[in-house]
Amino acid sequence: MNGILVIGGGIAGQAVCERVRERDPHVPITLLCKEPELPYDRVALSHLLAGETTRAELQLRPREWYADHDVDVRLGAAAAALDLDGGVCTLDDGSALSFERVVLCTGSDPLLPPLSGIDLPGVLAFRDPADCDAIAERARTARGAVVIGGGLLGLEAARGIAGLGCPVTVVHLVDRLMERQLDAGAAALLLDAMRDLDVDVRLETQTAALVGEGAVSGLLLADGSLLSADLVVVSIGIRPQAELARATGLTVERGIVVDDTMVTSHPRALAVGECAQHRGTVYGLVAPIHEQAAVAAQMLTASEAAYTGSVQSAKLKVMGVDLVAVGDASGAREVVAADAAARTYRKLVVDEEGCAAGAVLLGDTRGHELLLEQVRRREPVEDLLGLLQQASEASAADLPDTAQVCNCNGVCKGDIVGAIRAQGLGSTQEVVAVTRAGSGCGSCKGLVRELLAIERGGAGEEPAYLCPCKKQTREQLAALVRERELESVSELTATCGAGRDCGACKPGLAYLVSEVAAARHREERHARFINDRVHANIQNDGTFSVIPRIRGGVTTPDELRRIADVAERHDVRMVKITGGQRIDLLGIRKEALPRVWEELGMPSGHAYAKAVRTVKTCVGTDFCRFGLGDAIAVGIELERRMEGLYTPHKVKSAVTGCPRNCAEAYVKDIGLVAIEGGWELYVGGAAGASVRRGDLLDTVADGEAAIRLALVFLQHYREQAEYLERTYTWVERVGIEAIREVVLDPAQQAELLERYAIAKAAADPDPWLERHEPVHPKQFAELDSEPEPFTPIDVVLAEGTV
Amino acid sequence: MNDLHLIGRVGDVPLLEGRSVTVAGRRVAVFRTEEGHHAIDATCPHRSGPLADGLVADACVTCPLHGWRFDLRSGAALGNHPGVAVHEVLERDGELWLRLAPAVELPLAA
Repeated sequence: MNGILVIGGGIAGQAVCERVRERDPHVPITLLCKEPELPYDRVALSHLLAGETTRAELQLRPREWYADHDVDVRLGAAAAALDLDGGVCTLDDGSALSFERVVLCTGSDPLLPPLSGIDLPGVLAFRDPADCDAIAERARTARGAVVIGGGLLGLEAARGIAGLGCPVTVVHLVDRLMERQLDAGAAALLLDAMRDLDVDVRLETQTAALVGEGAVSGLLLADGSLLSADLVVVSIGIRPQAELARATGLTVERGIVVDDTMVTSHPRALAVGECAQHRGTVYGLVAPIHEQAAVAAQMLTASEAAYTGSVQSAKLKVMGVDLVAVGDASGAREVVAADAAARTYRKLVVDEEGCAAGAVLLGDTRGHELLLEQVRRREPVEDLLGLLQQASEASAADLPDTAQVCNCNGVCKGDIVGAIRAQGLGSTQEVVAVTRAGSGCGSCKGLVRELLAIERGGAGEEPAYLCPCKKQTREQLAALVRERELESVSELTATCGAGRDCGACKPGLAYLVSEVAAARHREERHARFINDRVHANIQNDGTFSVIPRIRGGVTTPDELRRIADVAERHDVRMVKITGGQRIDLLGIRKEALPRVWEELGMPSGHAYAKAVRTVKTCVGTDFCRFGLGDAIAVGIELERRMEGLYTPHKVKSAVTGCPRNCAEAYVKDIGLVAIEGGWELYVGGAAGASVRRGDLLDTVADGEAAIRLALVFLQHYREQAEYLERTYTWVERVGIEAIREVVLDPAQQAELLERYAIAKAAADPDPWLERHEPVHPKQFAELDSEPEPFTPIDVVLAEGTV
Repeated sequence: MNDLHLIGRVGDVPLLEGRSVTVAGRRVAVFRTEEGHHAIDATCPHRSGPLADGLVADACVTCPLHGWRFDLRSGAALGNHPGVAVHEVLERDGELWLRLAPAVELPLAA
């Protein structure tokens, strides 16, 4: 193999893959991720702890990115040994991978001091999402928390814990916070700001031991006093993860030693990120990682590159405290503009040669991009106060194209402006998606918005388009369909051009037309994704999966026998119990679909469509000794009343008989939970790529009322959400309060239920009946094949299936 | 005429859809647009997706698996991807005939 092996699925590993792929579209790239999840943005961890983002949003790139960019990403795969001369990597499962060049991006581990009691439960690091979960969980019940370490991460962790309502104290060894980035003046102001945020700080305080019986209960300080805490977060620094490099025989000092081309002591191996040591420095911040990744990619693809080190710049991501520190906090010449009352502090540092060397901006961080650029270029500065003044007045327009706007992803102003112009981007959301600027910690989003506004000449932002090619929103298109009484996608395309260019929006247009016309539209299969042309879910080998409807997950011996017979008769490659309590027959050829459906004698489960899926249930009062409500009866009835309806995105539901939640109703688009004396309705939950607990919409008296409210919510979602917007994004976007105002209002409830009833009456309850009357002779066949013939089987269909 | 293969009848492929057929051992996807029929290799060079099952618009097809898009007239992929071969489709007396492109190197992306 002549490919590149990247070991480590962090920001560094991801950045190396991206930079290499940009420069060479063909070279094979394999990315080994030790954790069982795709690379995520560690920089934004504090936002996760503060509840301002979700775990899914931390993911740097969606799963499809790796397929689209031909990056072979291996999750849960760790390198056990490297043979650099032979170009072979042995994985921990014993398999081997060959490579031409390898890039070590193994990152770092949190530094844990060898204190007595460091292993006690309740003592945690702050390094990954699992740490965040553990900290948050403990903080909710802890009487007091201590964070050891007053650096950037420690302060972010402390603020997150305080935000969860837990009293927190930062214990710091030296006499000022963030001593690596700040001078005494800025640190004093930061101390005040943290105390205002309910974070207590003890400086010059040394921890002697952690104490507790069975779990941590406090810190024994070096002065002999005791500080009680049942949650302790240790954040005193990082240790480069260089074990693999060391075992391989590479030169390792504090980190893996690399030269100015990011190459280690072996020409075949490079190292990038927090595991690497360049000119004696190990960088623990994100911006240098991107600079190193770019150099490594250049070296791998063009065999020449030069890295001379990075300017350290740090942004504190704590709500209410704006702090940016760039380069050196002190030097040969310094000027400070401070306003104690306003709590602002702006300092510029110049070195012996009169060149910009550092800046500290607290409380007022305007112009930090400009100052960072000056420091990076080591621009000579004569009028220090003048430059500080100029920076505070600088707008996005004044920044040079080379100024880095997004430190998290290493995106310059020029990249952003270029993408806006070249691709005609019209909304901040689009710019963030295309350039990735602002997708990390998010602190530069305002600047991205400003740059877009300048490029658009002050014109307002573009909204989300259903048809981006023709710049048509869902509202505009819906109005057109209503006014002109359009009945099909073709008519809509002929009227305004939507769907003509790339066609990607045709399924969205098809949904829109059917929804506005309450399913009385003219169906056109060319506008439908293949799944909706043949009513089955296409698999990676071009075969299909078949999931019959099993309402509420309740089936019968007779149905199971038929399913088993079909599976045997058609040599079904796999019979799988799905997460939605149904049965999936995988590997069915298109031509066999009609015959399989006939032999099953069960209706479609709509598992392939943007439609109402199944309703999961628990056994409720039927059998369970804890059951408070009849989950099965209510679940089956809910499924009957919803099935056949198409929706902006799939809708998963559950009904569970008590708050033990065996049917997982809290994490469904629609979830009903029986409680003592009534039912709760949760909406907007998710447990897929995103995990979100649903919002409690309302509590009602009985199962029928819960079903009716669920239908009102469903219809409101069908009418108002953007195409491909799941309920959890929709609920978050418009807010549960706004949804409550509509769906709990009796007049609007009645109207929504009426429109639901009209749509439901016209909905096709079983598209699989097209086996008897195909929409086209070749609906289930290719040019050189025919659908498999079948004799109609006389089975007694369960009540309500036709 | 012996390099022409009868592959079906006009109307076998629904408008703006595709269907596949094997011709001389090669799997080909045939599409019908407003301007007539087009044929390209049936398999997406990315992950072998069935291009005949893709969405068609503006004389392009989008692979149903991961969204790679190909021009039906040139076979070129949109974006920096390898393309697919284009074959000739002739309509005669309601019948569809196909002439395979010579088996040469695949056209690369523009």
